Amino acid sequence: MRSDLPDLLWEGLRETLYMVFWSSLFATALGLLLGIVLVAAEKGGVLPAPLFHKIVGTAINTVRSMPFIILIILLLPLSRLVVGTTLGPTAAIVWLSIGAAPFLARIIETSLKEVGAGKIEAAKSVGASPAAIVFRVLIPEALPALVRGMTIAVIAITEFTAVAGAIGAGGLGSLAIRFGYQRFREDILFATVALIVVLVQIIQWSGDFAARSIERRRFRQE
Amino acid sequence: MITVERLNKTYKTAKGRITALENIDLHIRKGDIFGIIGFSGAGKSTLIRCLNRLEEPDSGRITIGGQEITSLSGKALRQARQKIGMIFQQFNLLDAKTVYDNVAFPLTVAGWPRAEIRTRVREILDLVQLSDKEKMYPAQLSGGQKQRVGIARALANDPDVLLSDEATSALDPETTYSILELLKDINRQLKLTIVLITHELDVLQHICNRMAVIERGKIVETGTVDKLFAHPESETARRFVAIARMAYANRFLPQGQGAAT
Repeated sequence: MRSDLPDLLWEGLRETLYMVFWSSLFATALGLLLGIVLVAAEKGGVLPAPLFHKIVGTAINTVRSMPFIILIILLLPLSRLVVGTTLGPTAAIVWLSIGAAPFLARIIETSLKEVGAGKIEAAKSVGASPAAIVFRVLIPEALPALVRGMTIAVIAITEFTAVAGAIGAGGLGSLAIRFGYQRFREDILFATVALIVVLVQIIQWSGDFAARSIERRRFRQE
Repeated sequence: MITVERLNKTYKTAKGRITALENIDLHIRKGDIFGIIGFSGAGKSTLIRCLNRLEEPDSGRITIGGQEITSLSGKALRQARQKIGMIFQQFNLLDAKTVYDNVAFPLTVAGWPRAEIRTRVREILDLVQLSDKEKMYPAQLSGGQKQRVGIARALANDPDVLLSDEATSALDPETTYSILELLKDINRQLKLTIVLITHELDVLQHICNRMAVIERGKIVETGTVDKLFAHPESETARRFVAIARMAYANRFLPQGQGAAT
């Protein structure tokens, strides 16, 4: 082990956490919006708009069908426009948010659709508006599933940061590639891999814990 | 109170159109407990769900309390629905919300101030005898308790009409009895008109004063419940009454004659 190891790892970890945190936040916000549109605008949804639904669905599928590394290249001009650079973790947040949002949209759509039709009808029968049905019925009822889905997505984003690292995003993935692979620093390679493994475990564990505590509160027996 | 005129509804299926309701005419008076009885697939559920437009009729007119329900849309329809309570066979409570919040839901949606919601929810929970359960979640309640919450939710916004879509069909006989008694009380106390659909003759007999029999999408008989038992005219009514009599006869005849053959 060489003396630069702790500093490098610490910086990589900080950058990775920074990217994962903000990308997850933006991707969830965008994904939630798209997921709600997919559920609400569908034929038979609370606010049907079949044409709009089709357009959004096709756009989501298009982005999802692109390999992430190619999507990054296509998004380089956008990150320059939005954050002024195509390098570093902040630029990567742009790619990661846009890359992960359609994935989150589909996960959120699936979770929201699991809410029983009877609950939606009950809400309609008391005169609830489409917005009230979405925000006061669908989202709260689907919350444990949403949390589990978001856990999957945040872990996927963590993996994506490593890919983004290959195109200059920084973070642990970049560290593994630049030092571990290109400079034969096996100590850095193994340390970064270990850190990513631990990070993913912590994310999964937190997600499970959050989902379980919501369910425990709702379904505990006296 | 409720008038249905020439109501028609068809469903599109792979094999073409299926008629669910055909030229339904119905008149329900204020304060009635009106039962609609029919076998499975007769169209009774479709009919009651047309009354608050959970189902869209193809044609016809529905008027509730002077308001033409079939001509409403958007916000006006939602406001009309606030005055038409509905309870369901599967209760359809929100698992994410406590008993209190389930009952508060229609009021929140209607934009009531928080303090008034609190007073009203407490009042209505008291009426359905669930005051001690307000912090519980639906998953922690029995079937009968869940239906009481359903009733409380349906009544929270002080509706003029209560629609009951097989509300007791998932409950055991004793619980069914207590729910029916509750509905009867509510009908008396709040002068509420109740429309219920059922496939159980007992339910009709127990609380309804007037009824209609539905058979393959058509109303084939209507009148007082007493008349249905005394002079069943339609095929469906005769079958219902015959089944009830047969069950009764089979149970008591052998015993009565002492003939243990």
